[in-house]
Amino acid sequence: MQNTLTYKVARGLGWFSVALGTVEVIAPGAINRLVGAREGHAFIRAFGFREIAAGGGILALSNPTPWLWARVAGDAIDLAALVLAWDSRNPRRGNTTAAIFAVAGVTALDFLCARALGAQVEERQRPRRDYSDRAGLAGTAETMRASAASGFKTVSQGTNVRNKNVAKITR
Amino acid sequence: MKALCWQGKHKITYETVPDPKIEEPRDAIIKVSSCAICGSDLHLFDGFMPGMEVGDILGHEFMGEVMEVGSENKKLKVGDRVVVPFTIICGACDQCKRGNFSVCERTNRNKALGDTAFGHTTAGLFGYSHITGGYPGGQAEYVRVPYADVGPVKIPDGLTDEQVLFLGDIFPTGWQAAAYCEIESTDTVAVWGAGPVGQFCVRSAIIMGAKQVVIIDNVPERLTMAAAAGAIVINFDDDSVLDRLNELTQGKGPEKCIDAVGLEAHATGSLDSIYDRAKQAVMLESDRPHVLREMMYVCRPAGILSIPGVYGGLIDKIPFGAAMNKGLTFRMGQTHVNRWTDDLLRRIQEGQIDPSFVITHTAGLERGPELYETFRDKKDSCIKVVLKP
Repeated sequence: MQNTLTYKVARGLGWFSVALGTVEVIAPGAINRLVGAREGHAFIRAFGFREIAAGGGILALSNPTPWLWARVAGDAIDLAALVLAWDSRNPRRGNTTAAIFAVAGVTALDFLCARALGAQVEERQRPRRDYSDRAGLAGTAETMRASAASGFKTVSQGTNVRNKNVAKITR
Repeated sequence: MKALCWQGKHKITYETVPDPKIEEPRDAIIKVSSCAICGSDLHLFDGFMPGMEVGDILGHEFMGEVMEVGSENKKLKVGDRVVVPFTIICGACDQCKRGNFSVCERTNRNKALGDTAFGHTTAGLFGYSHITGGYPGGQAEYVRVPYADVGPVKIPDGLTDEQVLFLGDIFPTGWQAAAYCEIESTDTVAVWGAGPVGQFCVRSAIIMGAKQVVIIDNVPERLTMAAAAGAIVINFDDDSVLDRLNELTQGKGPEKCIDAVGLEAHATGSLDSIYDRAKQAVMLESDRPHVLREMMYVCRPAGILSIPGVYGGLIDKIPFGAAMNKGLTFRMGQTHVNRWTDDLLRRIQEGQIDPSFVITHTAGLERGPELYETFRDKKDSCIKVVLKP
């Protein structure tokens, strides 16, 4: 799975999430100015921490699917915030429009990636070959245990085996 | 000759390389009939083990026919069929005399590197980085076997390659892990990791008489294979490992715990796994010890932790207070293969165990590069790959 294009895209989204989140935490004012909002630095910072958490989760896990779905949910919140900022009094309404389209695009990518990766994980977890006849032992676990109990193998015998081999091998 | 060569992280190629030659009087040249990809080869493939150089021939699980012997080698003769243990041993140093073959003091020809990495050198290993000698490995048509008058195990007629190949590594590795547990008939043995070594740990623990053996993994077909031998299954994607182990032991925890996973434990969504991944990503930690932490926490007081899983460097946030206060015993190390081979060969001959159960994929050596990926990604229900040069 880790060599698939989907997994690589997911990791790319993870790094993007961490980078965007870091900017939101460090410079919430710049983000606000970009989209024409005047208030809400605390909200932008909170969004930033959410992005960093999602990005970290994606990068940290061998199966990042849950964190990709978390990103989709976060994207929905971002879109709602941008729509609220998209009013006639906004001096940078054009920027807000562009941001809405950009976030919508990323949302679509997050959604498709999460769905594809989820399907891959499900496929991997489905047993495709049946190994239920591959015991490899002469008998059932019970009979093997019974053999052990009757003395065919004990710890002290194991130690003796070791000593015998050592004597034979060493020069 | 042809061989599988390491070219860098995630890059292995099928190459033409010079044939090996006798270099020392105790050497032998083996024509490889079967070799395997081991889980620990994946640590090299994934770039977690330092000391690899471009062009190194991989492989430490192999067997074949003796083609040539050095002048002082009185044990082998041309035509002998042998399994070659992955640890190279001299048979004469203080450690070999004590049966501690995997820490042989003489066979690592890069002793200074071993001393620097580990404080004191360990044995030379085939195909496993220059820290352990930089010896060309067995995923090749021919191999030079140093100290071939002590290590190789002669195979009697009537046994197939598939039955005996794993005497060179994973079978004695699983066996030693179980032996280190000093299993008693009342014991619950919990095994983390249902890969090839974990499968042999399960069967060894059953043969040694454990009351119940529990296997922990999240790959269904691997769990199925372990269950076939009689193991109780915990899929960590579906169940809490700690809760289930406590349920199975009346809240007391398993007496014996085996880590057959090692340094590449897959994150399970737990906080410590995320922490390990993050630290590993910025190179502040080399190994991911989730299994070790879990074992130290869940193991019954005065229990034993046996660690055949490979670790390479530094680990962090280990609950050593729990281990100390519970009086846990740790036993670990690369396998002292030759300690166990005669006994295990006898068990195969007597039919107690047929190690070929674990083989899921067999192919020509030229398909090695693609099968490394198949094995690593567990595609096509892959558990164990055998290659035929």
